[in-house]
Amino acid sequence: MASIVRPTVRAQSNIGNSRLVGRIILYVVLTLIAIFFLLPLLWMLVTALKPSAEWLQSNWIPQNPTLDNFNRLFSNDNAPVFSWFINSIGVSVAATLLILALDSLAGYAYARLEFRGRNALFTLMIATLALPGIVFLVPNYLTINNLGWLNSYQGVIAPGLAGVFGVFFLRQFFQSLPKELEEAGRIDGASTWTNFWQIALPLSVPALATLGIITFLASWNDYLWPWLILQDNSKYTLPVGLRSLQGSFTFDYGIIMAGAVIASVPVIILYLLLQRYIIQSVAMTGLKG
Amino acid sequence: MPVTPQAQSQSRVAVIPRTKSVRTFNVVPYLFVLPHLLFFTAFLGWPFFFGIYTSLFNYDFSDPVHRPFVGLQNYFNLFNGTSIQFGDFWRAVLNTATFIVWSVPPLVIGGLVLAVLLNSKLPGRNIFRAIYFAPWSLSAVVASLLGWWIFQDGGILNQTLNSSNSWLGQMPWPWFAIAATTVWWTVGFNTVIFLAALQDIPDTLYEAASMDGATFVQKFVSITVPMLRPVIFFIVTIQIIASANLFVQPLIITGGGPALQTESLIMRITTESFGAFRMGSGAAMCVVFAAILLILTALNFRFFGRTEQD
Repeated sequence: MASIVRPTVRAQSNIGNSRLVGRIILYVVLTLIAIFFLLPLLWMLVTALKPSAEWLQSNWIPQNPTLDNFNRLFSNDNAPVFSWFINSIGVSVAATLLILALDSLAGYAYARLEFRGRNALFTLMIATLALPGIVFLVPNYLTINNLGWLNSYQGVIAPGLAGVFGVFFLRQFFQSLPKELEEAGRIDGASTWTNFWQIALPLSVPALATLGIITFLASWNDYLWPWLILQDNSKYTLPVGLRSLQGSFTFDYGIIMAGAVIASVPVIILYLLLQRYIIQSVAMTGLKG
Repeated sequence: MPVTPQAQSQSRVAVIPRTKSVRTFNVVPYLFVLPHLLFFTAFLGWPFFFGIYTSLFNYDFSDPVHRPFVGLQNYFNLFNGTSIQFGDFWRAVLNTATFIVWSVPPLVIGGLVLAVLLNSKLPGRNIFRAIYFAPWSLSAVVASLLGWWIFQDGGILNQTLNSSNSWLGQMPWPWFAIAATTVWWTVGFNTVIFLAALQDIPDTLYEAASMDGATFVQKFVSITVPMLRPVIFFIVTIQIIASANLFVQPLIITGGGPALQTESLIMRITTESFGAFRMGSGAAMCVVFAAILLILTALNFRFFGRTEQD
C-alpha cells in the first residue's frame, strides 16, 4: 500500500508546483495586459492635471499639479462644457426611454398578437438589419431638414427610434415567457393592454434593463449624427463638443484632456457601478444578435 | 385509437367557422405596432427609396431651385477615371479595406486570446475582465483623442521609446495608430462574447482530453476552436462591418492625413454630401458602399458560414 501511495503523492505535489508556477505566470501576463488597458486612461488624467510646461514631458506624476486646465475650460465661453454635459444626458435619457416604450409595445405585438401583415412587416424590418446605417444618412438628413428639425434635439433623437434591434430583441424575450399566464389573464377578462402592462412587462425587467443600458451608452457616445444635425455650439452633445475643442485648441493638450476627463468620468462611474451588469448585457445581446 | 384523430378533426372543423365569424378586424395589435412603425417608415423604410431617388439627381442642398435629374450619371462618375469623384472615392475604398486588414485580425485573435486567458477558474478573474472591457464604454471621440495625444510627435510614446518616429505623419504608421487605438477601445467587446461562449463548452470535453494526455495547445486546437467556430464566424462578420464603418478614429487621430491616405469611405461620403453639398453623388456612394458590404458579408457566409453547417 505504502509503496503505491508515495509516488502518487509526489506526483500530485509536482503537479501542484507546476500549477502554481503556471498560475503566477498567468497572473503576471494578465496584470501586464491590464496595465496596457489602464495606462492611456491614466495618461489622460495626468495630462489634464499638468501645467503646460510639463505636457510634453514623460513624467507620470505631475511635478506641479494644477486644476488650471479645468478652470480655463469652464471659464471659456466658446466651450460650454456644462451645457454639453446636460445636453448629452437629456438626449441619451430621452432616446433610451422612448426606445424602450416603442420597442416593448411593438416587440410584444410581434411576439404575441395576431394581425394581418405581421410576418410580412417583421421580415421587412429584419431585412433592414442587413443594410449599413450609412445608406440612410443623406436621405434622413434631407427629411430632418424638410421637417425643420435641423439644429434640434428631436432631429437628433427621431431617426434612432426607427431602429429594429430593440424590437427584435424584446420580441425574442416575450416569446420565451410562458404563454399560460397571459391565457389565464384573458380567461379572467383581461384586455390585451392589461396582459402587456401587468403581466408581460413586469416579467421583462431584465431584458428592458439590458436594452436600456446598451441604448444609453450608444446614444451617449454617438458622434456622426448629432454632429450633422446640431449647429449651435451651445446645443452640442459632449462628443461633438469635445471634437470642437480639438479643433479650436489644437496644441492645448491640457484643456483637451480636461474635456476628455469630464466626458469620461460619468461613464466610468456608471461602469464601476454596473460593470458586471453591462458585461452581461453585451454577452447576452451579442450572442443573440 | 382511430377515434381520436377523427374527433379532433371534427372539432377543428366545428371551431374554424366560429373563430372566423368572431374574428372581425381587431385594431388593438396595430395600435401596439404603430408608434414604432411610424418611425420605422419615416427613417428606415422611406429613406431606403429616397436615398436611391436622390442618387439620380444633381442634388445640391444649398441650391433648392436647380436640381436636375441626371439618371445614373452619379454612378458612372464613380467608375469613370476622369470624374472629380473617381480618385477620391476609390482611394477611400482602398483606405477602408486597408483598415479592415489592419484591424480585424488583431481584434478577433486578440479577443480570443484574452478570453482564453480569462477562462480559467482564477480568483480575481472578473476584475481583469472588467479592466479589459472598460475602454469600450468610452465614446469613440474620447478613445480617439487619447490615441491622437499618445501618438503625437512629442507624445508619451516617442518620449518613452526615445524615438522621433512620426506616427501620424509617415505611412504606414498612421494605420498602426488608428488600429491600435481601435483595438484598445473595442477588443474587450469581442473578449466578453468569446468568454461567454467558452463558458458554454462542457468541462467534460477538456477533462476527457486531459486524461488522454492532451496538452494545452492540443486542447485549444481540437476542442476550443471547433466548438467556437459559429461564434468566431459571428465576430468576424460583425467586425468586418464595424471596421468598414470607420469614421471617428481617423477624423480625430489623423484628420484623414497624411495627404488623405487615411481618409475612410464614410469620411469621403460626409465630405461629398455635407462639405461639397453634392448629395446626389454622396447618396450614390452610399449605395455602392452598401453593395460592396453586402457582397463582403455574402462571401464571408459562403467561405466560413458553410463549414459551420457541415
